[in-house]
Amino acid sequence: MKRGALFAAVLGGVFSAAGAAFAMVGAPTPRGYALQEPATAVMRDIVDFHTLLLWIIVAISVFVLALLLWVIVRYNRRANPTPKKFTHNMLVEVIWTIVPVLILVGIAWKSFPLIYLQERIPEAELTLKVTGNSWRWDFEYPDLGVMMTANLLDEATADAEGRPYLLATDAPLLVPVDTTVRVLVTSNDVIHSFAVPAFGIKEDAIQGRVNETWFNVEREGVFYGQCSELCGVNHAYMPVEIHAVTRAEFDAWVVAQGGSIASAETEAPAPPPAAVEPATPAATPTR
Amino acid sequence: MTAETAHAHDAHDHRPSLYDWKRWVYSTNHKDIGTMYLIFAIIAGLIGGALSGLIRWELAEPGVQVFAEGSAMTAWLNLDSNHGYNVAVTMHGLVMIFFMVMPAMIGGFGNWFVPLMIGAPDMAFPRMNNISFWLLPASFTLALLSMVVPGNGDFPGFGGGWTLYAPLSTSPAHHSGPSMDLLILSLHIAGASSILGAINFITTIFNMRAPGMTLHRMPLFVWSILVTVWLLVLSLPVLAGALTMLLTDRNFGTQFFEAAGGGDPVMYQHLFWFFGHPEVYILILPGFGMVSQIVSTFSRKPIFGYLGMAYAMVAIGFIGFIVWAHHMYTVGMGLDLEAYFIAATMVIAVPTGIKIFSWIATMWGGSISFTVPMLWAIGFIFLFTVGGVTGVVLANSGVDTALHDTYYVVAHFHYVLSLGAVFAIFAGFFYWIPKMSGYRYNGFLAGLQFWIMFIGVNIIFFPQHFLGLQGMPRRYIDYPEAFSYWNQVSSWGYVITAVGVLVFLVTLVEMFIVKRRAGDNPWGEGATTLEWTLSSPPPFHQFNELPVIKPDTHH
Repeated sequence: MKRGALFAAVLGGVFSAAGAAFAMVGAPTPRGYALQEPATAVMRDIVDFHTLLLWIIVAISVFVLALLLWVIVRYNRRANPTPKKFTHNMLVEVIWTIVPVLILVGIAWKSFPLIYLQERIPEAELTLKVTGNSWRWDFEYPDLGVMMTANLLDEATADAEGRPYLLATDAPLLVPVDTTVRVLVTSNDVIHSFAVPAFGIKEDAIQGRVNETWFNVEREGVFYGQCSELCGVNHAYMPVEIHAVTRAEFDAWVVAQGGSIASAETEAPAPPPAAVEPATPAATPTR
Repeated sequence: MTAETAHAHDAHDHRPSLYDWKRWVYSTNHKDIGTMYLIFAIIAGLIGGALSGLIRWELAEPGVQVFAEGSAMTAWLNLDSNHGYNVAVTMHGLVMIFFMVMPAMIGGFGNWFVPLMIGAPDMAFPRMNNISFWLLPASFTLALLSMVVPGNGDFPGFGGGWTLYAPLSTSPAHHSGPSMDLLILSLHIAGASSILGAINFITTIFNMRAPGMTLHRMPLFVWSILVTVWLLVLSLPVLAGALTMLLTDRNFGTQFFEAAGGGDPVMYQHLFWFFGHPEVYILILPGFGMVSQIVSTFSRKPIFGYLGMAYAMVAIGFIGFIVWAHHMYTVGMGLDLEAYFIAATMVIAVPTGIKIFSWIATMWGGSISFTVPMLWAIGFIFLFTVGGVTGVVLANSGVDTALHDTYYVVAHFHYVLSLGAVFAIFAGFFYWIPKMSGYRYNGFLAGLQFWIMFIGVNIIFFPQHFLGLQGMPRRYIDYPEAFSYWNQVSSWGYVITAVGVLVFLVTLVEMFIVKRRAGDNPWGEGATTLEWTLSSPPPFHQFNELPVIKPDTHH
C-alpha cells in the first residue's frame, strides 16, 4: 500500500493544481502492487481487511516454506540415512485441524461485517442508475433528470490532455462528495460489470435485473474504473470516469446537463419533471 | 517350465508392433490407451501454451500489437482483431483444461496406473476405454475448427471466455456464426468421453481390486482418481444440460438465459459453476494423489495419516459441490447467500491444510533423495499453498468485490493449476516415465527443466497479484500505461517458461535416443506400490495371476 498510496497522493497533488486542495486520483499507479487508495468507508474497510488477510496468508506461506526447508536440510538422505517409520501422531493431526478452523473462524468474524456494510444499502440521498451497453456506460440521475453517455476518450485526445488513455472518458460523471449515492446497475445487452476500485464497488450489469450497491465518497477527486466482465470485442474500451465534487459544483453541473436544480434533500417532494422512469425502481427481489 | 507353457506365455505377452496402426486405433489395452492420452495431452499442451504465448506477447506492452489488424503473428489464423484476442484467451483456457490437464491426469496416468496399482489385468471395460480416448481427438478437432469458422460476424472463433457466459455466447450481435455451436458440440463430446472414462474407473476400482486390496489399502493415487471420477460423473451432466440449453437458445428459439423471454442469464452461471467448481478439483485431485506417492517414495517412508489423506480428498470432493457461487459474488446474489458461500468456501481450507501438513509430516523423519519427480512434488506443495491461501482471500466476498475478475484471480488459479496441477503432472511424468518407457531420463536435463520452469512460472504469475490488487481486469487486450511494468515482467516470465518447455522436449527425445535401461524399480525401497513389482515397461498384459495383498505391503 504505502508507496503506491504515496504515489497516488503526489499524482493527486499534481492533478489538483487548479485549486481543490485535497483532490485525489483513484487510478492504478505505475509499478503499484497494492489495493488502490480508498475514497469511501467501504473501500477503507476492504483495504484494512485485506491487510489483515495478507498478514495471515504470508505467515502461513512462510510457515509452510520453513517446514519444507527444515525437512530438506534435516531429513535429506545424507543427514538422515535411516528413515523413521512412524505414520501417525494424534496430537499434531488434531492441532493442524483445529488451528486452521480457528484461523478461519477469525477471518469470518471480520468478513461478515464487511459484507453487511457493503450489501445493506443505507438511506440514500441520491440515486444513480448505471446501464451497461456494448461498449459504453449510460448514467442517469432519475430524480434530477440527468442522463448522459460516457464513451472512451480516444488516445490522441487523452494524450493531448494528459489524461490516462483507457481510463478517461469523453464525459466524466460527476458525483457529490459526502453524499450517500445508491447505484442501480443494469444492462441493455450482454453482462458488463460496473467497477470503481477506489470506491470499493463492483456490481454486474445484467439484462433483466437491477442490481444495487452504494457509495459515499469522502474526498474530492477523479476516480477511474473499468468494465469487469467480459463483454465482447471492446471489453477493454469502456472505462468509467467519475469526478467527486462539492455539492455546489454538482448542482451547477446538474443544471448545465439540463437537469432540475433541486438537490434531492432540499426539494425532496417535488417530482422531477424530466425523470424518465419512476424514481426508484425496485431492486432485485433477492435482496 | 515346459516348452509349451513357455511358448504360451510368450504368445500371450506378444506386444504388437509400435507401427501397427491397429494397435492404437483398435486398442483395448489400458497402457496403450494411457500412452495415447499422454501424447494427446502433450500436443494439446503445446497448442494451449502457444495460445498463452500470444496472450503474453500482446500484453508485454500497452497498445495492440500482436492482434492488431494485419499483424503477421495472427493474420494467418485470421485472428488479427480484438475478437481474435478473446478467442485466444477462451481457447487457451478450454484447451488446457479439457485437452491437457484432464487427459494427462485421468486418461494418461489414471489409465496407466490405476489397474497396475490395484493389481488388475486391465480396466473393467476395455472397449469403452477405447472410445473414451478416441472421442477426445474428435472433440479437439471440433474445438480447433471452431477457431477458424465464422464466430463473431466474419471474425472466426468464439471469444466469450471458457465459461461461455450467456448472453454473450447466445447473442447474435456477438456470436452469430457457427463457431460457438462447434464449441458446444466439442464440449459435449469431451464430456461424454470423460463420463464414459469415469464410469470405467469407478467400476474398475470397485470390482477389480486384487485379493486383499481393500479400499483402505489402495494407494492414495487410486483414491484420488476414485474421488475425481465421482466428481466427473456427478458434475458433467449439469454442464451437458447447460450446454444444451445454450444450443437451443442459439438455434431453436428457446430463451432459457434470455431475460426478454423470461429466462435468466444468472441461471446459466449457476449451472456452469455447479459443474465448474467441482471441475477445478477434478483438475487438482489426481495431482494430490501423485504427490502423495512421490513424497512417500522419495522420503522412503510410508504416507503420514493415510486415512486422513484419503478422507480429506473425499471431503474436498464433497465440499467442492456446495461452494460454486463463490465465482459469482458480484452478480447481486443477496446477503445470506453470500454469507453461506463465504463460510462453505473457507471450510475447504481445512482438509487442504491436512493434506499439506501430512505431506510435510511424511517427509519429516524420512531420508529424502531429491530426484526430479521429488523436486516437482516439493515445488507443488509450496506453490499450491501460495495459490491456496490467495483462494482464502478471494473466498471473502467483501474483498472479492475489489478483486473479482481482476488479475489477482488469474494469478490465484494459475498458482493452483499452472503451478499446481502442471507441476503435479510433471512430477508424475518423471516418476513414472521409467516404468512406462523402460528408460531413465537424463537427470541433468530434467533438473534443468524444473529450475527453469520454477523460476519462469513464478515470474509470470506472481506479479499478476499486484496487477489485480491495482485493479487490472482480466481478459483485456489493452491496458492503461500504469499497468505496463508488471505486465512486462510477466511476459518475460513466459519467455523463461517457454525455454523450460523446450528443455522438456529435448529431455524426452534424448531419453528415447540414449535408451538407458531403467530396471523394474529405479526408485528403490521407497517405491512400494504394485507397479514397481513389474518389469519396465510392464508386460503387455499383466497380473494374469492376481497378486495377493497382505496388510503391510500397501501404500
